[in-house]
Amino acid sequence: MNSPALSAHIRKEFAAAGPQRFALDVSLEVPAGITILFGASGAGKTTLLDCLAGLARPEEGRIAVGDELLFDAETEIDLSPQRRRVAYVFQMLALFPHLTVEQNAGYGLASFPSAERRARVLEILKSFRIAHLRRRKPDEISGGERQRTALARSLVTSPRLLLLDEPFSALDAVTKSSLIADLRAWNAERRIPILYVTHSREEVFALGEHVIALENGRILAQGTPQEVLDAPHRERMAQLAGFENIFDARILELHEGHGTMLARIDGGEAALEIPLGDAMPGEQIRIAIRAGDILLANEAPHGLSARNILPGTIAALEPRGTLVEATVDCGARFLAHVTPGACQSLGLAPGQRAWLIVKTHSCHLV
Amino acid sequence: MNFAALWLSLRLAAWVSAILLLIGLPLAYWITYSRWRWKFLVESVVALPLVLPPTVLGFYVLVALGPRSPLGRVWQSAFGHGFAFTFTGLVVASVLYSLPFAVQPLAASFSRVDRKLLDASALLGASRPRSFFRVILPLSMPGLVTALVLSFAHTLGEFGVVLMVGGNIPGVTRTISIAIYDDVQALAYTDAGWTALVLLVVSFVVLSFVYAINRRVWTLWPAK
Repeated sequence: MNSPALSAHIRKEFAAAGPQRFALDVSLEVPAGITILFGASGAGKTTLLDCLAGLARPEEGRIAVGDELLFDAETEIDLSPQRRRVAYVFQMLALFPHLTVEQNAGYGLASFPSAERRARVLEILKSFRIAHLRRRKPDEISGGERQRTALARSLVTSPRLLLLDEPFSALDAVTKSSLIADLRAWNAERRIPILYVTHSREEVFALGEHVIALENGRILAQGTPQEVLDAPHRERMAQLAGFENIFDARILELHEGHGTMLARIDGGEAALEIPLGDAMPGEQIRIAIRAGDILLANEAPHGLSARNILPGTIAALEPRGTLVEATVDCGARFLAHVTPGACQSLGLAPGQRAWLIVKTHSCHLV
Repeated sequence: MNFAALWLSLRLAAWVSAILLLIGLPLAYWITYSRWRWKFLVESVVALPLVLPPTVLGFYVLVALGPRSPLGRVWQSAFGHGFAFTFTGLVVASVLYSLPFAVQPLAASFSRVDRKLLDASALLGASRPRSFFRVILPLSMPGLVTALVLSFAHTLGEFGVVLMVGGNIPGVTRTISIAIYDDVQALAYTDAGWTALVLLVVSFVVLSFVYAINRRVWTLWPAK
């Protein structure tokens, strides 16, 4: 299915807090599905969303969804927020406190006859599992239910683009993942581009089919999570994301009694025991490990509590300031950080055998 | 106790509050959301009656709408009589005099409405008027009540402007505060005392009502 993608070029000076001022200057393509917009606070994420929604006006640029032009500095097209059909869920949600859940959800359907409006509202409330709360006000429901209300209110208007500005940052992991599952289900038929802003490292690789990394108003890298990590900015990206090692893997078996599950990294035989998560054998998952959480040994270690001991070969050693980054080939390539002292006393050298030691709980399911 | 004067004052206060609401809503909206750089001038003009002696305000109103001014001549030809010493004249002068008491609570409560709610409203396709009536106004109800009650109470208690513009015509322009003044001049202290007591009680009840529903909207007192 050929769904209209968001394509934007935006240049805007923005007043950041603090002494540095920089311009937002980005070109991005957001295909249908969830794209993660990732960056530290002050990177320009919210300014970018405001420009897309029409709440802020870029100095230069062009914003289009499919063939529909929302903004063009050259021809001076600048659709008002009312006419953009862009749904935007703010971090603070901005639910109308004096209206019920149902009235909030129906707010954007003013032009519909009331019977049809009620039917549409009920349908969206059902698909976000909050139909039973429809007579309540926002301050009478839980945080997760408020997020669901805000999503329902935005999505019921059939937007052509959805912007989410860290709306789920306050939710616990379980609530968040069920909410995202519902969002994905809603978008499965509609296939609109969804730009999901986060500064949470865990969310970056968990959600997106597509990632855009923003730093100081510029795009550092964009593409699939794997492409972004393999980009020339890999080091910076890893630093931003906090994980130097990201692996696609398939679950082999669950060890419920041990609270773990075994997963094999794609493209090799290396298998890792990882914390038991909400997954089934055969399912495709993604594992993230910090390079600093991996131990290196120059002989097969014994008597350790760590569940994962992987034999491999040192492919490269690269000094980086106060640490040495070792690339170890265990069927998959791992990056491990050791101190220069440890590197010397272990006598590590490229081509040598080495054992990687990874605690189960250092393996993050993302 | 002068019931004709009390009735006149209540009628005047009701008219003034109603008119002030109609003028105050758009004016407060403009003051809250306009980004015009000279906006402070308009704010100052609206606030003038707070500091100006009522006699000064009354004097200017009298001159501006008197038979020798262009405005006064228009008035004369439209209504067939002069502006001064009529009930309508009182209403016009009182509206000006109580303007800040309506506009300030309204503007204060408008500005307390989270701008994000207005952004959300716009993104959901709502026009500015719709955002105003569906979001700003319902969330500004305490300010609206405060504005109404304060303009009512302030008009009820005014003296100087009424005296300048209205004079002292029983049943037409003799309001309750003027009646008290008259009684005192005539050494009728008992009458003056009763009328004053009624005014005191009414004012106290009205203010208690305002502060009971919301003390943050407009108050002389520091926020709790």
